Amino acid sequence: MSTKCDRCDNEATVHEVSVRNGVKVERHLCESCAAQQGLDASVSGSAVVANLVKSLMTQQTGATQGRLPACRTCRMTFADFKQQGMLGCPDCYRSFEAFLGPLIERAQEGGVAHAGKTPARLLSGAPVGSTPMPRPADPAPAPPPGPSREEQIRELRRQLSKAVAAEQYEAAARLRDAIQSLSQGHGEDAA
Amino acid sequence: MSQPPPPGDRPLFDAMTEWLRAEGDCADVVMSSRVRLARNLAGHPFCTRSARRDRLLTLEACRDCVLRAGLADRFVWCDVHDASPLERMMLVERHLISKQLSKGRTLIHGGGEDPRGVAIALPDERLSIMVNEEDHLRIQVIRSGLALGAAWRQIDEVDDRIEAGVDYAFSPRFGYLTACPTNVGTGLRMSVMLHLPGLRLMRELEKVKRAAADMGLAVRGFYGEGSDAVGDFFQLSNQTTLGRSEAQILADMEQKVVPPIVEYERRSRRDLLQSRRVGLEDQIMRAWGMLCNARLLATEEAMQALSLVRLGVLLSIIQDRTGRALDVRLVNQLTLLVQSAHLQRAVGRELDQEQRKVARATFIRTRLAAIAGA
Ligand SMILES: [Zn+2]
Ligand SMILES: [Zn+2]
Repeated sequence: MSTKCDRCDNEATVHEVSVRNGVKVERHLCESCAAQQGLDASVSGSAVVANLVKSLMTQQTGATQGRLPACRTCRMTFADFKQQGMLGCPDCYRSFEAFLGPLIERAQEGGVAHAGKTPARLLSGAPVGSTPMPRPADPAPAPPPGPSREEQIRELRRQLSKAVAAEQYEAAARLRDAIQSLSQGHGEDAA
Repeated sequence: MSQPPPPGDRPLFDAMTEWLRAEGDCADVVMSSRVRLARNLAGHPFCTRSARRDRLLTLEACRDCVLRAGLADRFVWCDVHDASPLERMMLVERHLISKQLSKGRTLIHGGGEDPRGVAIALPDERLSIMVNEEDHLRIQVIRSGLALGAAWRQIDEVDDRIEAGVDYAFSPRFGYLTACPTNVGTGLRMSVMLHLPGLRLMRELEKVKRAAADMGLAVRGFYGEGSDAVGDFFQLSNQTTLGRSEAQILADMEQKVVPPIVEYERRSRRDLLQSRRVGLEDQIMRAWGMLCNARLLATEEAMQALSLVRLGVLLSIIQDRTGRALDVRLVNQLTLLVQSAHLQRAVGRELDQEQRKVARATFIRTRLAAIAGA
């Protein structure tokens, strides 16, 4: 799904979503138009974050910023993030997803979705990443899930990464389906 | 918490570090390959926003998990917050921890130093795991020469084993969740440490740096982020971590990015030998003469000369007293041993900057005199 640049006919590679007076504003620009608009995609490191956040926020009034809800888990606000360039906890990714999506996409040269490894535990059904923050003194690791299923999935995963590495995409798709059906009905978050 | 052994008694610092071995593919140009994974525990705040109590928790959890995962025959654990300034500096110089971990964060605190540490696999120091740096876990595998594939396979397995004992913060959309949103996805950084004296002498370095930047790669100095390139050593790494698989990142680095640069550097060295041999020999022998005779040497000066001497050894311009080629590992080792902390440890006491210059010159002179008959 490629989008056209708002200002010319090129493909848009820089996407930006912001909220102005409570209205969502989207911008899609090609690289050269983005550069003209002062949205440089080639700076590195935390400077990237600072720049991206700045450009995302410039279109917003202070009032709108203030109304962005803080992360429910760690109480970090988007203003904190804007200042520090670092997030507060894993749940911040959900709390600020609408803002982080475009920001990350720009920092990642258009990468929008994870295409790499997945934790075996998640594939085998443990609700990873969505665990509410446990209060201390609970370091006992969760008992490993049923070994046979886990092992099966692990093996499939290995085959999958081999298939991907060898660019055997049809085989990879079949393996992915198999992994999915094996892990279905377990982690509600595994989709 | 484990007690830090008295300084100077660590077996760690006597080991031959992996990245100086001068073995493996393309070791004439590629000093070392390094692979790093950023991981965080689900259900815990990131280190950037955690109270001291949270950090103690993640420190304990990560340390226990790492030490119990059967990752290496021998592991040494170092509580960085308890380590002496000299020890911390030595760990940085050995590329085992980042400057950031050595200093700690001052953003949020509950009094005292931030709890943080590193686990190091002995004897080769190939694997090291920083705990409570920017992310809860920063796993690193380092190999001599161009060996990103081998390094990836090892770190992939280490990652699996650690993950068997903890829940990683992960989202299907963003992948492994990291404190800084620019590291999400694979959380993978692959780097190579390149020695490019030929390209500098042929004035082609800027071209290479620009091309690397165009390919979305980061070029850094000898000690990573924010450090200067000393002695023609450059660290090159991927920046994109989302939307591409580990296999793709690996294939790009190992097949598309590094080999052309290695070829370019080798060609520059050949061109220098053919068309500017006397000038090249002069520069190399002056550097050699300086290292063999100087009485005061600053770090940068020493590194610059060592870079040229390394080139001279590789091109058989410098030989020992019997006319045989020098072992390039000796030169590699000197690039580490002349760094401030290692130097002070060798001398056995703290030195100010002027004293370090004297000690550095003496150290190098003595080492070279022993084998080279200079
Ligand atoms: Zn355009
Ligand atoms: Zn949060």
